[in-house]
Amino acid sequence: MTLISLTGVNKHFADYHALRDIELDIREGEFFSLLGPSGCGKTTLLRVIAGFEDPDTGSLRIDGSGMAGVGPNLRPTNMVFQSYAIFPHLTVAENVGFGLRRSEMSRADKARAVEAALEMVGLSGYGARAANALSGGQRQRVALARALILKPKVLLLDEPLSALDKKIREQMQVELMKLQREVGITFILVTHDQEEALVMSDRIAVMFEGGIGQLDDPETLYRRPRSKRVAGFIGMMNFLRGQVSATGAEIDVAVEGLGRCRVPAEQAPGGVAAGPVTIGIRPETLSLLFEGERTDRMEVAGRVDEVVYYGDMTYYDVAVEGIEKPLTLSMKNLIGRPVLDVGMPTRVAWDERSLVLLGR
Amino acid sequence: MKGLRVYAIAYLVFLYAPIALLPLFAFNDADIIAFPLSGATTRWFAELTQSASLLDAARNSLIIAATTAVLSTVLGVCAARAASMADWPLKRPMLGLIMLPLVLPEIIVAVSLLVLAVQTFGLGLSNTTIIAAHTLICMPFSIAVLNGAFQNLDPALEEAALDLGETRPSAFRLVILPLVMPGIISSLLISFTISLDEFIIAFFLSGANPTMPVYIWGLLRFPGQLPVVMALGTILVALSIVLLSLAEIMRRRGLRRAGLKDRGGFL
Repeated sequence: MTLISLTGVNKHFADYHALRDIELDIREGEFFSLLGPSGCGKTTLLRVIAGFEDPDTGSLRIDGSGMAGVGPNLRPTNMVFQSYAIFPHLTVAENVGFGLRRSEMSRADKARAVEAALEMVGLSGYGARAANALSGGQRQRVALARALILKPKVLLLDEPLSALDKKIREQMQVELMKLQREVGITFILVTHDQEEALVMSDRIAVMFEGGIGQLDDPETLYRRPRSKRVAGFIGMMNFLRGQVSATGAEIDVAVEGLGRCRVPAEQAPGGVAAGPVTIGIRPETLSLLFEGERTDRMEVAGRVDEVVYYGDMTYYDVAVEGIEKPLTLSMKNLIGRPVLDVGMPTRVAWDERSLVLLGR
Repeated sequence: MKGLRVYAIAYLVFLYAPIALLPLFAFNDADIIAFPLSGATTRWFAELTQSASLLDAARNSLIIAATTAVLSTVLGVCAARAASMADWPLKRPMLGLIMLPLVLPEIIVAVSLLVLAVQTFGLGLSNTTIIAAHTLICMPFSIAVLNGAFQNLDPALEEAALDLGETRPSAFRLVILPLVMPGIISSLLISFTISLDEFIIAFFLSGANPTMPVYIWGLLRFPGQLPVVMALGTILVALSIVLLSLAEIMRRRGLRRAGLKDRGGFL
């Protein structure tokens, strides 16, 4: 069921067009992400939903009610700010209970609600501490508890993990997902980190320059990006030039360096027409063939141009005749599998089904 | 390097030695202000309390300083708050104009206010005229202190309060006010001190009731009164030092409360 619906939303700041004709439905109970580079309008969109910015045109409905003229204090939304915005002059418990000030609950009930909220985010017993004495991860939990104690219909998260170090960030990703499943509240996450969005979201809207480039579930977004831009923003992608000669259930395309291929139509999610086309190949769908190794896939000869060793994986750049940029591919470092050196000749196995046609 | 150190020490001596003479002669048991000193006494301080006209001047000064402090701080809060918000038309020139009295010669301000009050509005000179003028010259200091307090605030704090159900006025009261309170106290103390010590404007604009500095200036015509002036001066200097120290302590506490690093203050 649709919980939030935006229609024809535009927002300008002076001569900067922050949101362009946003049409978006967000479902009840889903973990939704707004993903995009900085300046793409994702935070503005979140602030429009929260009520901190009014759209210039278009309408926003939350749970069936129009939000025009409704202030942030009266919307069924709560927000976790990028800076967490923990009130520094209050204790942890006073911070978490701040939103209950206007509730008619008894003092004892409020105290219980605060304790329950702290427990939910794993901060039981921290209530009496000064908010300033907390670590980054703890501040984030306080911000979460403070927002969730009001049982909002929507929790808005503005880059909540960007200030944390990598380890804590990955741990918080998992905790946020669990928490969302537990409370069943719709979460809307703003992030520039594609991995974070892929890990946590049910659906992702990728935004560029104020508009939505693609809205899909993480797997579709990763496997079948509809444009070169989306493909380049999400994960790593090799881009090759090609020429489409026939379309239909199978697309007939000549790919630089790889020759003629027949690609199923679903591999062109953004549609395709005869003529020049950009083809995307994910690094993990390519593999190196080691000496004497045979494959039933297609293969092409090349030379190792660059080796980047990550421990669990090795990324190779392989120069292939007829392809302008070397192909990037990733190999798991299995036992007994050698790591090749720069300059060694090799063969690359590839598959027609892993090509994605991305328009021009 | 050594030359610089000598210079710095000489600089401080020239700056503060005359002030150090005040308490020295205030406690000196002699009618004339000259070395050698001739024994300690507190009689000049005792004499102070005997003078009705002095007590009047003191009361006047306190009323003026307190009123000025409140007015200048309230207006300063409004200005600093406006300055901390998003850009609005003419924001910079307007804030610049408010800060201008900081560098305007006081005698010019005094003369023009005298002309304005007496010639243009036909007002009599009273404490009110001095309060108005003192508010004008204290405002830049208030704003300088309060600007720091407001600008250090994360704008998300107010938004968080709104998001959690508060209105703009209640968010201001519950979140912003407590966080800028040290700045407000600091501004009150600084304006109070400036008004208390100010001479030129008070001299031009005071009516029948002089303020303390004006009264002291009057005493200087009587050489026999000089030790009493020294005693009074000692009290004023001590009071100023205490108030300004308090102001600085409050400012630093404010920064700590907001969890921020000290980036150099007003004092």
